[in-house]
Amino acid sequence: MNALRRIGASLFAPALAVVVAIVLTAIVILVIGQDPAVALRVLLDFGDTPAQQTQSIVVILNRAVPLFLAGLAVAVAFRMGLFNIGVEGQYRMATVIAAGVGAAVVLPAPLHVLLIVVVAMTVGALWAGIVAVLKVTRGVSEVISSIMLNFIALGTASFLLTGPLRGSEEGAAIITTTDIPESGRFPAINGLFGVLGLEQPRGQLFGFLLVAVVVGVVVSVLLKRTRFGFDLRATGLSPSAATASGIDARAMVIKTMLISGAVAGLIGLPDLLGRTYHFGTEFTAGLGFLGIAVALLGRNSPVGIAFAALLFAFLDRAAVPLQFADIPASVVTIIQGTIVLSVVVANEVARQITRRRAGRAGGQGGDGGPDAGTSAGPAGPAGTRITDDRQEAGA
Amino acid sequence: MTKAAALLLAGSLALAACASDDESSSGGTSGGGEGDLKVGVAYDTGGRGDKSFNDSAIAGVEAAVKEAGGDVTEDIQELSPNADGSDRAELLTQLAENGFNPVIAVGFAYGDIIGDIAAEYPDTQFAIVDTSVSEMGVDNLTGLVFAEEEGSFLAGVAAASKSATNHVGFVGGQESPLIAKFQAGFEAGAQAVKPDITIDVKYLSPAGDPSGFGDPEGGKVAAQGMYQAGADIVFHAAGGSGEGVFEAAVEAGQRAIGVDSDQYLSASAEQQAVIMTSMLKRVDNAVQGYIEDFAAGDLEGGSDILNNLETGGIALSTSGGFIDDIQGVIEDYRQQIIDGDIEVPTTP
Repeated sequence: MNALRRIGASLFAPALAVVVAIVLTAIVILVIGQDPAVALRVLLDFGDTPAQQTQSIVVILNRAVPLFLAGLAVAVAFRMGLFNIGVEGQYRMATVIAAGVGAAVVLPAPLHVLLIVVVAMTVGALWAGIVAVLKVTRGVSEVISSIMLNFIALGTASFLLTGPLRGSEEGAAIITTTDIPESGRFPAINGLFGVLGLEQPRGQLFGFLLVAVVVGVVVSVLLKRTRFGFDLRATGLSPSAATASGIDARAMVIKTMLISGAVAGLIGLPDLLGRTYHFGTEFTAGLGFLGIAVALLGRNSPVGIAFAALLFAFLDRAAVPLQFADIPASVVTIIQGTIVLSVVVANEVARQITRRRAGRAGGQGGDGGPDAGTSAGPAGPAGTRITDDRQEAGA
Repeated sequence: MTKAAALLLAGSLALAACASDDESSSGGTSGGGEGDLKVGVAYDTGGRGDKSFNDSAIAGVEAAVKEAGGDVTEDIQELSPNADGSDRAELLTQLAENGFNPVIAVGFAYGDIIGDIAAEYPDTQFAIVDTSVSEMGVDNLTGLVFAEEEGSFLAGVAAASKSATNHVGFVGGQESPLIAKFQAGFEAGAQAVKPDITIDVKYLSPAGDPSGFGDPEGGKVAAQGMYQAGADIVFHAAGGSGEGVFEAAVEAGQRAIGVDSDQYLSASAEQQAVIMTSMLKRVDNAVQGYIEDFAAGDLEGGSDILNNLETGGIALSTSGGFIDDIQGVIEDYRQQIIDGDIEVPTTP
């Protein structure tokens, strides 16, 4: 009963947010003189033939993979109370250097891919590490330094692309790095559709989807089932209490930012290893910022972020068919924007409702109730405080 | 308190990331048109309403469709990419799948992917503005390319001839080989008239960041800096950011040179007073000519159609009459370029 209520409470806020967003968007569509019902139908219509339908699924999944990784990168830092706004710069730096390294070496297939992944994660981690070092040694707010480092990353990536790593010939309209050879590419996993008995889509499903799932599981376990994860969440909830109980807050800042940056380094790889095989002037930008929205929507839990990424990707897919139906694609943007806005508001509303209910329940066991046992850490005041709704408060 | 502020900041950034200015307009639905000609148009970032590149392209499409007796709302389907451009391939594929033929990609950003897609749909004709396709080896793909450096050379000639301070400026959108052609031509033209002229150059965003084409505020700041430093004429090749350049020119009481379309015609009265001329890149004519060739069955395919001073695809506008007194000089240089006496560089 209690668990049921808890799940209900945690689903309440995002569900409310989605409903509010849809209502607001419907009003906007009405105002511009179009029919919201048509828009809704387009959103849900994946195509006429089985091949078109599976293709829609491919489009959604391929979009969701980088969004999920971006949300995850942001959330790891969020959980500890760090606002890593620099994910954008971290993944741009990581992708351009990984593309350069990947094109420069020749290795047997699995090693080649592994090398590119490791390089990307290392660069992302190092770039995020700058933020951490500045914070720990000089007390620079990570919000400021990570935003500023985005501009530096953009400029540096541009310099690397147009200078040392340039692969396209002089005069080409699009500047790119040299293509990564066959051995460094991540194979598509379209076989999945055959196994499931579905029609083959015309596009290719990113094999990197599997990596994203593994990363999601690893981060989830790390946060919820390890001493490190406990320290991280404890520091996020109350840095002073965490320090008092023997957690080295400075070391935690550095470790967390390194992990956040390493995950951020992966964001560009689905595209790089599965589709374009090079970094270039037209490489997808802005995923780092979208990751913030996805993390907010997913309430910083890996499962929630997966759903949030799928929701964003589901909405993005409709951008093209909506235009065929004479509805501006901006409708998608409006829905996404209002969802993020309302999720922030809804979280706060849900938290207050939970708190009031807990208050009525009569002071025993604190606001989270007996479910505090889920955390692996020591019992006591700090332990009982780490419950789901408290983490939302931290976010 | 700081946490609240930071959250607010994060939220606003997230929203900013979501925000985009892509806007589709009254395209027609697939199916049920009168004529046989059904044209698909995939816009560059910025979409319709940029008063420049995209608008020029759609004007050409509409003219061609009208001429063929089609209906501009029924027989044209326009699509805009999403804010980060990650669905560009999807736009072209869906246009082809829905039976639109020809499919026109507006902007070099499609250059990376259009070859593969055209190869997948051999029965559909594709065209791409601003990208050479002659080396792609795809028969159903045509490149509509322009000699921007030639027109920019004339813009440079006009600017240098009219500059009283011997100091002019160039504002580019995104650092890219395409915009470098504008810069190279402009510099060569200005130096041809006055070898010792000072030319300020500023790009609004680095390679890989297209924000410089939609950043009027950035354009304004860049142009203000040049006017304050003593420049009296600024040429922009920065798409929507050019609006800011014109604003700066109005405030400084100096002059500016427009790009792509005759920007004098779409400007407000106070901006008309400062838009000395525009470097015309007749995307509309090129697109219209392409569709006419398509309708007549005259398409060669697999090759480029070059538009330059000689074909009239590139020119300098005279609206407002600001450069009427130096027409002779401009005509002289124009003829020298056409005759091949002047070789205009494409890189600065």
